[in-house]
Amino acid sequence: MSDLPTVPAAPAEPAAPSRRSGGRVRVSGTDRIFLAVMVIIPTVLVVAWVWLPAIASVILSFARWSGVGGLDTIQWIGTENYKNVFTNYPPFAPALRHNVLWLLFLFVLPTLFGIFLAVLLDRELRGTRFYQTAFFLPVVLSLALIGFIWQLIYSRDQGLLNAVLHTQIDWYGDSKWNLWAVLVAAGWKHAGYIMLLYLAGLKGVDPSLREAAAVDGASQVRTFFSVVLPVMRPINIIVIVVTVIESLRAFDIVWVINKGTNGLELIGTLVTSNVVGEASRIGFGSALATIMLAISLVFIVIFLSTVMRGERR
Amino acid sequence: MTSATATQTPTTGATAAKAGRRPLTAGRVVLYVFVTLTALVWLFPVVWAVLSSFRDYNYTSVHGYASLGGFTIQNYVHAWEQGEFTRHFLNSLIITVPAVLLTLFLASCVAFVVARYSFRFNLILLGLFTAANLLPQQALLIPLFRAYRSIPLPLWMSDSGQLLDSYWGLILVNVAFQTGFCTFVLSNYMKALPHEMYEAARVDGASVPVQFFRITLPLCRPALAALATLQVTWIYNEFYWATVLMQSGDKFPITSSLSNLRGQFFTDYNLLSAGSILVAIPVLIVFFLLQKQFVAGLTLGSTKG
Repeated sequence: MSDLPTVPAAPAEPAAPSRRSGGRVRVSGTDRIFLAVMVIIPTVLVVAWVWLPAIASVILSFARWSGVGGLDTIQWIGTENYKNVFTNYPPFAPALRHNVLWLLFLFVLPTLFGIFLAVLLDRELRGTRFYQTAFFLPVVLSLALIGFIWQLIYSRDQGLLNAVLHTQIDWYGDSKWNLWAVLVAAGWKHAGYIMLLYLAGLKGVDPSLREAAAVDGASQVRTFFSVVLPVMRPINIIVIVVTVIESLRAFDIVWVINKGTNGLELIGTLVTSNVVGEASRIGFGSALATIMLAISLVFIVIFLSTVMRGERR
Repeated sequence: MTSATATQTPTTGATAAKAGRRPLTAGRVVLYVFVTLTALVWLFPVVWAVLSSFRDYNYTSVHGYASLGGFTIQNYVHAWEQGEFTRHFLNSLIITVPAVLLTLFLASCVAFVVARYSFRFNLILLGLFTAANLLPQQALLIPLFRAYRSIPLPLWMSDSGQLLDSYWGLILVNVAFQTGFCTFVLSNYMKALPHEMYEAARVDGASVPVQFFRITLPLCRPALAALATLQVTWIYNEFYWATVLMQSGDKFPITSSLSNLRGQFFTDYNLLSAGSILVAIPVLIVFFLLQKQFVAGLTLGSTKG
């Protein structure tokens, strides 16, 4: 999968795919229609299902609307929803704090641990397959299911953790503990995911780089930090972006536990409760959604500029 | 990262690696012990769930879990019946199979055009698709939910009479979200295909459909297999859209029916574990049989050569 024959992006050709930069090849009329259909149908789907709703969220965040009547029942109220989010909505501050905590936790523990595991597994261990399999197992499970599986460990009356610690803590229910309990369960999956991504990246590092470092007498730790890590820059950025996006999107596991209440508030659950719940507050929920959108777009742009760097040549 | 020192074997890595087997030094013993213990800790929650699922609740509630005896498969029978697993598995199948096929087909189409032809919107198009996969679902929920409620569907397509609470709505939203990732992976893959084949095809006067169906798709079989494995897992595991866009409980796919199961299984944790294992079985099959494909699909996206 090296980028051997990258198609050079010929600048400023007519919008129709009529020429290639090498030999000029005409694309016939029917072929042209076929190519157009191949692009247009998927594009319409993605624009209509993803991008238009995203834009509509931003627009609706300046409105007051119950969502019941037609579009003419929308009242435009400027930035009032945002003011309310920040000043007049008690769950917002904890939710934001929880999302940030989620990110910091995932980053400091599971992400770094996943990288660490990948580095260990990259060392020609015998039985690597067994180790990889073990760390990889939670990656195929949904976070909703992971919430279930860890309930067996966290339950107050029958849970393993209380039995071992001789405590009586309701790990999922007690707001003093539940976020941490959930983070451990989510981190269990995340570490495996990062391990996989990183291991694949490490396998792609040119071995001669390491040999050269070893010949120069660099220790393995030194080699990793000053030779391997810089080469892995694209993977590092992908890992960071994946961690940020996962933390921002976190939803499933807290929703199966208690729908994101009582210590498990997240921005994602607040948006959802404001729309799907009894009182649907469309404008207000959209303001929350727009905040999420803005944060995620920053990292999506970083991601795209990293992975597409190769395309520009 | 306390055991970072454990990784420091006295041998210089590269030369020993070339020799094939490394000498078993003290450092490597520590490394093996550490990795093995961690792996066992990682497996534990699932193993624990499997063990609990075979225990009789009346037995473990009296004797505790650190006991022998009370083994049964009744939990699975009860979980299957009480959780209405037949229906929910069927729902998952109805949603996952068309969604995966459609995703792969549409993504192949876009990837083919982006990879083989240069035109002005190439990068924008690729960005448009890739970014769509990374947006938080909640950011789109409100308009999408409202639109789904007002888009009517004929009753033969959806018994709710609208896109909301219909399989169609759920399939389409999954396709729209996942097409981005697959387009990105496939376009990279297609760019790496040998050019000569296309040159030859063009000399023979092969039309675009022939180039796409006869040359490109067969050559992409490995990538498509990897992506199919990954997408089956992801769409089967999809929780959010099914939770918010399905209204009637009997249409929930298995993953999002978990929230409902929780109430029913709440008092009997052995039943809960049996239910969890049942839900996990399809992805565990993927895990054991198609692990290579899954990993390939995941890493194709991050390491493009």
